[in-house]
Amino acid sequence: MKRVGFALISLFLLSLTIFVFVRVTGDPAVLLAEPGASTDDLAAIRQQFGLDQPLWVQYGSFLAHLGRGDFGQSFYYRTDVFELYRSRLPYSLLLASVAMLFSLVIGIPTGVIAAVRVNGWWDSAGKLFALLGLSLPSFWVGLLMILFFSVYLGWLPSSGSGTAAHVLMPAFALGWYFAAAHMRLTRSSMLEVLGSEYVKLARIKGLPEALVIAKHALKNALIPVLTLAGINLVLMINVAIVVETVFAWPGIGRLLYEGIAFRDFPIVQAIVLLGGAMIVVVNLLVDVLYAVIDPRIRYER
Amino acid sequence: MNGSAANASPSRAAALTLAWRYASFRSEGFPVLPVLIIVVFVLTALFANVLAPHNPEVGTLGDRFHPPAWQDGGTGEHLLGTDHLGRDVLSRLIFGARVSLVVGFMAVIFAGILGTVLGILSGYLGGWVDQVIMRITDAWLALPALTFAIFLAAIVGPSAMNIVIILAAVYWTRYARVVRGEVLSLKEREFVRLAIVAGCSKRTIMRRHILPNVLNSTIVLATLMLGVVIVTEASLSFLGVGVPPPQPAWGLMLADGKKGLMAGYWWLTVLPGTCIMLLVLAANLLGDWLRVKLDPQLRQL
Repeated sequence: MKRVGFALISLFLLSLTIFVFVRVTGDPAVLLAEPGASTDDLAAIRQQFGLDQPLWVQYGSFLAHLGRGDFGQSFYYRTDVFELYRSRLPYSLLLASVAMLFSLVIGIPTGVIAAVRVNGWWDSAGKLFALLGLSLPSFWVGLLMILFFSVYLGWLPSSGSGTAAHVLMPAFALGWYFAAAHMRLTRSSMLEVLGSEYVKLARIKGLPEALVIAKHALKNALIPVLTLAGINLVLMINVAIVVETVFAWPGIGRLLYEGIAFRDFPIVQAIVLLGGAMIVVVNLLVDVLYAVIDPRIRYER
Repeated sequence: MNGSAANASPSRAAALTLAWRYASFRSEGFPVLPVLIIVVFVLTALFANVLAPHNPEVGTLGDRFHPPAWQDGGTGEHLLGTDHLGRDVLSRLIFGARVSLVVGFMAVIFAGILGTVLGILSGYLGGWVDQVIMRITDAWLALPALTFAIFLAAIVGPSAMNIVIILAAVYWTRYARVVRGEVLSLKEREFVRLAIVAGCSKRTIMRRHILPNVLNSTIVLATLMLGVVIVTEASLSFLGVGVPPPQPAWGLMLADGKKGLMAGYWWLTVLPGTCIMLLVLAANLLGDWLRVKLDPQLRQL
């Protein structure tokens, strides 16, 4: 229950933060109006959006609208922002799922190998890989791949969506960073499990090492990794903006970029809010799930 | 050792500690290469006016898309080629180091000061101050840093100084979390209790006794954050909400380079990205090493 309360407070503060930033950093009427609007237009907009009322009244109606799923109208597309968001979401989900697949397929085996051959050659190679994953900007990886696979080799389309070939490069560029994170966690989690009593027992009882690792150790070591993957999937949907821009992928990130480029402020506001809300909810779910799985955590609270 | 240290003056003890630290730095693989890379970039940034062969912001349209000197069609005039406006790439890279480092260092320092102060207040004072600061931290951490930064940048408009403020506003929470955790354990320690008994005010305790003890963590975190901040700045500039053109920022160069990507003008994409990668990699390696050296508690991060 306490967690739910914290999550609600977080959501409330999130909306307040965004509300305050929009108001403090300038007249929202100017942001809401199209560039070059006259003073009369601005006054009309102020009245239309209730910007002439006291701040707390404004915040109240802002919240009320959010509660109804009403994020306002897009200026560029002239449609409901939430509808727009929903129409782009499947693309983001597809991209994030394939990226997650890449990151797990790369991250888990390398993490296991690094843990089994700890401090060996593989471990050092893995560390270097993790460092590269965390240091290379994902959009640069994307640009390099376009240069190599699209321009020089001509194997893959450089941008757009539609076929399976279109997904590969953006998904790899996006999954790259997370692969490093998943590898690190697999390694440390695997190391912890390998040092535990039941793994020692399995070894003593004479099981072949491969079976000990695959059946006893890996199964338990994967629990934290998959939890992180769940959180990261939501994160991927919300941080894909640069990769989506590079590959002209029509997901939520691209929508956010267009929102910025066209000064379509309701879109920017909605995406940031929904992204934050998604992450708060997923964190809460993970907490609850852990409490359900593990009674020790439940009774501590 | 203990006997002589007791007789020695405080300054001599400090000198001994320093000497011991220096000696242990030497023995445990001082990261020569990363430090060298950072020093080279800092010198390049400092002496950009002397080093750059051309004006980084002005080009000759007749000299567009010259390849680097060693390729067919390259000239000794432009060692690393020219971009879509005929500007010298080498000069832009050199001045770009200045932009990246100035923005990076300032953002990390501002975020560090803000986060450390709030972290100390939160940890030491506790109560409602702690609650308020930590709930804000939770809410801000729920937003993916890049999305949050883009949101802020879209509101306030592009300028190098705005980017510094935005990055500090986004990243202070990391420091606040870590510092608060340290303060919680520090304030239970003997020397703080003695200070309370001796009648020190809360302000004095926080400034004289707590602050010096959390500085190590702050410095380690700042080094690790430098890479993150530089990548974020590059991403913002790449998206057109960071450092405004025609200033020579690496992220901006990558955005411009995309225009020549499909034509195979590789140097416009490969070179600025390599600069980002080298600097970020060096900062991360130095940060990792500092973490192990200065702050064993942070090894888990």
